[in-house]
Amino acid sequence: MEHEITLVVNGAARRARVPGRRLLSDCLRHDLGLTGTHVGCEHGVCGCCTVLLDGEPVRSCLTLAVTVDGREITTVEGLAGPDGLSPVQRAFEECHALQCGFCTPGFLCTVTALLRDNPAPAEDEVLDGISGNLCRCTGYQNIVKAVHRAADLLAEERAPSAGEPPRDGEAS
Amino acid sequence: MKPPPFTYHAPRDLDEALDLLAEVDGKVLAGGQSLIPLLNMRLAAPAHVVDVNRLPGLSGIEAGPEGVTVGALARQAEVARAGVHPLLGQALRLVAHPVIRNRGTVVGSLVHADPAAELPAVLAVLGGSVRLARRAPGGTGVRQVAADAFFAGPLESAAEPGELAVSAFFPALPPRSGSAFEEVARRHGDYALLAGVCAVVTLDEDLHVAAARVACVGVGPVPVVADVSEVCGRRPAATVPWEAVTEAVRRAVEPEDDIHASAAYRLHLVGVLAERALREAAARAAAPP
Repeated sequence: MEHEITLVVNGAARRARVPGRRLLSDCLRHDLGLTGTHVGCEHGVCGCCTVLLDGEPVRSCLTLAVTVDGREITTVEGLAGPDGLSPVQRAFEECHALQCGFCTPGFLCTVTALLRDNPAPAEDEVLDGISGNLCRCTGYQNIVKAVHRAADLLAEERAPSAGEPPRDGEAS
Repeated sequence: MKPPPFTYHAPRDLDEALDLLAEVDGKVLAGGQSLIPLLNMRLAAPAHVVDVNRLPGLSGIEAGPEGVTVGALARQAEVARAGVHPLLGQALRLVAHPVIRNRGTVVGSLVHADPAAELPAVLAVLGGSVRLARRAPGGTGVRQVAADAFFAGPLESAAEPGELAVSAFFPALPPRSGSAFEEVARRHGDYALLAGVCAVVTLDEDLHVAAARVACVGVGPVPVVADVSEVCGRRPAATVPWEAVTEAVRRAVEPEDDIHASAAYRLHLVGVLAERALREAAARAAAPP
C-alpha cells in the first residue's frame, strides 16, 4: 500500500507516493531527486544523511518519509541563499573542511543548526555538536576550524561593522 | 539496508491506537532511533508498524514535587532542555549523539530495554515506573509497572503485545541527595558501551551517608541495581570504605565477554565507575548547585 504525502522541502511543497517503509533519505533522493543528502551507513551512525526537520537536525535514514508528512525539511540544497553559499558553507570552503565531500551535507546541516542554537560555541561544544558525524578524510581539524570560522562569519552578518556595507537582502 | 515491507498505520488518537494494537501484531514507532536501525538491518520484520507520532497529549514533561512524568512522545533533547531531573540530565548527555536525541524518545528507550542503554538504569536506580495502556472491554486498561518488573531481559520489557507505553515516572531525588552517571565507551555516543554506573546518594543532617544506590549498565541482561547503603555506613563520604563498596557492586553484576571487552575488564570497570559515581553523587548531595 502506498501513501500520498506532501513535504515542504527547502520552502517548496513536494508531493510523493511512497510505501510505508520508504526512508526519508530515499524519498528525498529517489522520489524528489534531491541527491545532495548522502546515504552512508543507513543505521544512524555516520550522520551523512542529516537534514533539518522543522529546523532540527535529524537522521533522514532513521525517519520514515510517511511519518513526517506535512512537515518542513531543509536539505543541503536549501542552505544557500539567493546571494550564494551560506556562511557555514563559505567557512567549510575557506577552511578546507572537506576532501571527498561525501560527509559534507550532513556536517553542513548539523553545524547550521548548532550555530543557530549556540552562536559562539566553545571548543568542547563544537566537538560534542559534531560527534555524531563521521568524516573519513579530514581528521576533523579543519572541520572544527570551519565551525569556529562560520560562527565568526555569522556574527559579522548579524552586526555588520561600520566600514562594511550591509549584504544584499539584509535590512540596514 | 532498507526496512522490510510492512503495513503502516498512523492512528490519530489514543483510542484508535489501542484498537489497532489490539487487532494487529504491530510494532510501535515513536522516535524510531532504535526501531528503524533494527528494520534497516533486517533484525526486525514486523507485519504492522503503528506510528504513534500523531497522537495528541503524549508529549508532556510534567515535573512535580514527587517526580517527573515524561510522555511517550517527549524527545530526549526536549527532556534534557527542560532540566527537570538532575540524573535524567546527566544520563541524557551520554545517550547517542545530539542529532539522535532530537528524534529519540525517553519512553521508547525504556521499552527498547537495551541492557547497555543509560535510561533504563536511571529508571531502575530511582525506582520509577512505566504506564502501559491497552484496549480493555468497555474502555482503556492502564497498569503501572515498577522498574524492577519492567526490565525483563535483554531488549525485553514487560510491555505485552497490544500495550502502549504512554508515559514514564521518574521519582524526584530526596532532600540532601546527589546523583551522577559515569560510563566508559569506545567512542562517545556509540552502541558498544563497555560499562556504566549511575548512583544516587542521600545524606543525613550531619552529612553522613543515609542511603546509596547504584544501577550498572552493560554488565547483565537488565540494569543491575545494588543498594550499598549498609556497606557505606553512616559516615561522611570521605571515610566510606570504598574498597568494600566496589567489591559489593562487583559481586552484584555478571558481565560477559564480547568483542569489545572481556568479562574481567568489565568487572574491573564497574568497580571503578561505581566508586567514581558514588563519590560524585555524595559531593553533589553535600553541596547542591
